[in-house]
Amino acid sequence: MSVTSLPPAAEPTPSAAWLFARRNPTLVAGGAILALMTLAAIAAPLFAGDPITINPARRLRPPSSEHWLGTDQLGRDVFARVVWGARVSLQVGLLVAIVSVALGTIIGLIVGYFRTADALITRFMDGIMAIPAILLAIAFVALAGASVWIVIVAIVLPEIPRVVRLVRSVVLSVREAPYVDAARAGGTRLHVIMTRHILPSTIAPLIVQATYICAAAIIVESALSFLGAGVPPETPTWGSMIAQSRSFLPRAPWTVFAPGFALALVVLSVNLLGDGLRDWLDPRSGRRG
Amino acid sequence: MASYILKRLGSTALVLFLVSILVFLLLRLAPGDPAAVLAGDNASPEQIARLRVMLGLDDALPIQFLRWFGQVLQGNLGVSVYSNEPVLSLIGQRAEATLSITFTTLLIAVPLAVTMGVVAAHRAGTWVDRALMLFAVAGFSLPAFVVGYLLVYVFALQLQVMPVQGYVPIAEDVGRWAWHLVLPAVTLGLIYTALIARITRATMIEILSEDFIRTARAKGLPMTRILLRHALRNAGVPIVTVIGIGIALLIGGVVVTETVFNIPGIGRLVVDAIARRDYPVIQGVILVCSAIYVLLNLLTDLSYTLIDPRIRY
Repeated sequence: MSVTSLPPAAEPTPSAAWLFARRNPTLVAGGAILALMTLAAIAAPLFAGDPITINPARRLRPPSSEHWLGTDQLGRDVFARVVWGARVSLQVGLLVAIVSVALGTIIGLIVGYFRTADALITRFMDGIMAIPAILLAIAFVALAGASVWIVIVAIVLPEIPRVVRLVRSVVLSVREAPYVDAARAGGTRLHVIMTRHILPSTIAPLIVQATYICAAAIIVESALSFLGAGVPPETPTWGSMIAQSRSFLPRAPWTVFAPGFALALVVLSVNLLGDGLRDWLDPRSGRRG
Repeated sequence: MASYILKRLGSTALVLFLVSILVFLLLRLAPGDPAAVLAGDNASPEQIARLRVMLGLDDALPIQFLRWFGQVLQGNLGVSVYSNEPVLSLIGQRAEATLSITFTTLLIAVPLAVTMGVVAAHRAGTWVDRALMLFAVAGFSLPAFVVGYLLVYVFALQLQVMPVQGYVPIAEDVGRWAWHLVLPAVTLGLIYTALIARITRATMIEILSEDFIRTARAKGLPMTRILLRHALRNAGVPIVTVIGIGIALLIGGVVVTETVFNIPGIGRLVVDAIARRDYPVIQGVILVCSAIYVLLNLLTDLSYTLIDPRIRY
């Protein structure tokens, strides 16, 4: 299946868009929430306010018209911190999805096409997969130091083997297909066979896999921040907000639950988007990749 | 069969060997000198140099690896930089709490998830199915620390029917031990339940559309008997596979859950080790967790012949 054979995207006319939304409610709902939160994250400097300045005089204030989500134990505005925190989460989620899919696809194409590379690299990937992802990421950040880039690398590392497995299985199934044989017999160069004849088959499952990786990456990033092994603590992130405020849970639950619900909402919308894309791109599959 | 088991054991050993290489490299290739870390902040350059010689850090990397690996094979995972205790005995001391949460989670999550999956598949397309699957998606999306604090807030702080946090050893008081495990196990089990329920549903829907199910229904067998004896039995392999694969989720979740509920388990051990830059402990815990995961997956593979007698190796 190539991209061009996919069902056409929604037309801008209201009735067609409505029909598309009716048929793919999870896809549209997930996409809409995600788009809204992305917009808010990008526009944070314009409207969210100051997430950094400490003001002990107004600490632990409950939500009010002045501070929509209250203030935290250092008097910082929780709403501003939640909106700014979305930046780290979405950035990490998006970049991890792109980088791990890109690297995983390259390795997967090589592994699937060349049998000699297969045995060695697949074993190596099994080795990485055997290490629990969050432990690998924690150890990596602890050793290499805290920064957004280190966190991204730490999360990409355990995700690559999952992409490699997916691409490898697709390549193995199309490698012997008559049209690939024909291309080879016709003297088509290797990189053309790879990009024009094999790669298109992997695109639909990869798009779905990318959304699941994005959701997983957002959760792992927040868990790393929560455990104190994430991005530098000055940067507002949802995980570190929860970690810093948790001892104030009885007095000021909003300091823990505001970032918590934002996190859950983003991950939920990405997962809904993934489920919707899966059903849309391949209506027969009922299983998670 | 015997030759298959031998082959699987061989590849398991190979994977474990690769894991140990990765874990070793992770520590050695990271920026910073392990000797400087071990010696502490106030060490002089001479002290660090002496330590380097003592630890053999000036030898070639493969030699260092073989020496370290030889020790690991003898059950020596090194000594904690912080407490000077052997890493293996530190892990041993913390194992009870972690195993308690993990087994309680399995005990709650697996029966619940399989029931949910079977019911959703039986009622596929109805509101029951949609509600259960919405719960499953939510289960995937709620990070353990958000669920954990929500449960603590509602059941411990507001309703005051559950302990806030902490752990009671089983030898001390069995009742309080179990009571303290409820919230952590529910927290840890949510994502696991969601994963197993989804796979169970997908597999069951496939099986329920097959001819032998129609035959069973035509014979007039009661539906519960068809669902449990005919359909679920045949769904065993994918379900057991995902239970095995999901162990990785539990290991990751345990680290977070133990932090939320302040439980002195292996997860806390590794989090504290990170704060203290206690590399031998980090390395040891990763190695042990990976080994457990790989061995559990081996057991999963071997259990297929028991679940489905048609599978022969």
